[in-house]
Amino acid sequence: MNRPAIAIFDFACCEGCQLQILNLEEELLDLISVVNPVEWREASSDKSDQYQIAIVEGSITRPADEERLINIRKNSQTLIALGACATIGGINKLKNRFDSADVRQTVYGEAADRPHLDTAPVKALDEVVKVDWKVHGCPINNREFARMLRALLIGKRPFVPTYPVCVECKLKGNPCLYDYGEICLGPITRAGCEAKCPSGGFWCYGCRGYVEDANIDAAREVMHQYGKTVADLKSRMSLFGTDQELTP
Amino acid sequence: MSDRKHIEVHHVTRVEGHGNIVVRAGDGRIEEVQWQVPEAPRFFEAMVRGRRWDEIQPIVSRICGICSVAHSLAAIKAVEDAMGISVSEQTDRLRLLAHYAEQLESHSLHLGYLVAPDLLGVPSVIPLASSHPEAVRTVIRIHRTANEWMELIAGRMTHPVSLVPGGFTLLPSEDRLRRLKQSIQAVMPELEALSDLVLSAVDKLPVFERDTEYVALVDPDVYTFYHGQVGSTDIEGTVDIHHFEDVANEYVCDQSTAKWARWHRESYAVGALARFNLNAQLLLPGAAETARRFGLKKGCCNPYMNNIAQLVECIQAAEHAIVLIDELLSTGIEPEKPVVEARAGMGVGSVEAPRGVLFHRYAFDEDGCCVSANNTIPTNQNHANIQKDFEAFVPQIIDRDQEEVRLLLEMLVRAYDPCISCSTHHLDVRFV
Repeated sequence: MNRPAIAIFDFACCEGCQLQILNLEEELLDLISVVNPVEWREASSDKSDQYQIAIVEGSITRPADEERLINIRKNSQTLIALGACATIGGINKLKNRFDSADVRQTVYGEAADRPHLDTAPVKALDEVVKVDWKVHGCPINNREFARMLRALLIGKRPFVPTYPVCVECKLKGNPCLYDYGEICLGPITRAGCEAKCPSGGFWCYGCRGYVEDANIDAAREVMHQYGKTVADLKSRMSLFGTDQELTP
Repeated sequence: MSDRKHIEVHHVTRVEGHGNIVVRAGDGRIEEVQWQVPEAPRFFEAMVRGRRWDEIQPIVSRICGICSVAHSLAAIKAVEDAMGISVSEQTDRLRLLAHYAEQLESHSLHLGYLVAPDLLGVPSVIPLASSHPEAVRTVIRIHRTANEWMELIAGRMTHPVSLVPGGFTLLPSEDRLRRLKQSIQAVMPELEALSDLVLSAVDKLPVFERDTEYVALVDPDVYTFYHGQVGSTDIEGTVDIHHFEDVANEYVCDQSTAKWARWHRESYAVGALARFNLNAQLLLPGAAETARRFGLKKGCCNPYMNNIAQLVECIQAAEHAIVLIDELLSTGIEPEKPVVEARAGMGVGSVEAPRGVLFHRYAFDEDGCCVSANNTIPTNQNHANIQKDFEAFVPQIIDRDQEEVRLLLEMLVRAYDPCISCSTHHLDVRFV
């Protein structure tokens, strides 16, 4: 059997999404038995520049990292963006709300101008190269990742949800957080996380990005019904929402 | 013929984040020895400015995927400190339970997936699945138990959901706590098996000692991961966590995007071995017995033994978790809602992350929005010590084969279990 070569790479991120791959535990052993893992720095000393599938975690924050990503793209047939930092820029994009010199000064003080501390505005992977598939979320849902990889390995098109988190939340029978006075981004955020945050009693902060074709009118109605404003909603969209457009 | 050695390891593997090793030597004379940290900085302390008090935890949890509970708890404690909020004993116990789940998850991942390949002479855990299947299954069972435990208490395996200032958004039921206790009891024999496995290969850990300052939280009553003040093997007494900047004395150096730290000497070490060296007298019986099996005693200054201290702490975390669950069940779980009234203030939170003591400081305005932040990360506090270890160890081994020198230095870096993405998110901040 042909075992496709797979490589995993990371850029600026917390590496928590790679951890979710390890967290597949026994299932990871099964997956690994049908692929040929040629490079995974966090888990293995093997290195390679020959692979069919590249799985890339993290955001691009420096010109040198852009070059490295372009090379990875050249070496791979399929490129999967792993997690919010890679798919939408993630929490890293909060930095883009500030002036770059101010950010460096705040963190490194008098040493801010040293060249090795250089930084550029944060980019998601698809702002630099073509991305074939995205595993959304911060962190990813590793079951979704495993399903996607299995589908790709047998030549099927992976299923990617096109409905909002509210659908999964309702299916779980959770009480709606709006009933408790919270502002939750479930109505406009792409599902696939199994509504982890609202199920744990915490509002959805939109780590999977906005669902395509969000029903903005309905969201506005919900806000109105609970005595909230669109400004309230937008304040909640800042954590993972930098540079994202809502497309009604 | 001259004996030239040039070792350049670009992005050390099997560590969290990016670090480089550079050694240049000719005819036994060492020209350059460097531990470099080129990780892309992420500027968290700048990014949290302007965010509301209840958005700090979700943001700073993302500093690190492997110690997200530790970052969450440090941030939450800092918010509570700033706003004058005290929490119930139940909240304290449940938080510590979540924290122990992360210690076990992180340590077992490090020992089982990142260090074991060195001890067994393979490049990764993947070939071990066929050569040592039972050992790999043992590690998987421990790791899975820790993850399920974390999900039960904190709502998710990574980036906790239910830990918030004031308490919990969702409390575990007593029935679930009883089941958790059973699963922790069931993992105890697996931890024994892991100890046996490590013991069988412990002679692969190099013997290298360098007198070192060790720094950790200390608490008179417990081998602490959560409460306490800052202790050091170089001082009697402790320093209040509110003065942590006077402990870390962070500075920028050209070989690293992460800041470095020094206190009484040129460098100090934090992490499992530091905690052990300061608090070993408070270990519970099973953990103390494990330390004895490995001959690990207070005063150990072999950095490779940090691996063994982590193993001891896996058992300590599981043992103490069972005590905590019994205490929680004896009083029953009270339904409590977190209550926070935002106000201006500044606060500090400190916990022991798996890799060592972690400090967060935040200042808030009267609307509860963050004005400034400082996160001092365990791995930052270790970088200078790794460099000093290199400088002391390389002359001892420079006559050996180049590949062996490289492996020994990689193992040394791995022994610190560095969390480099953490360490570059760090910052320094002035408070106005």
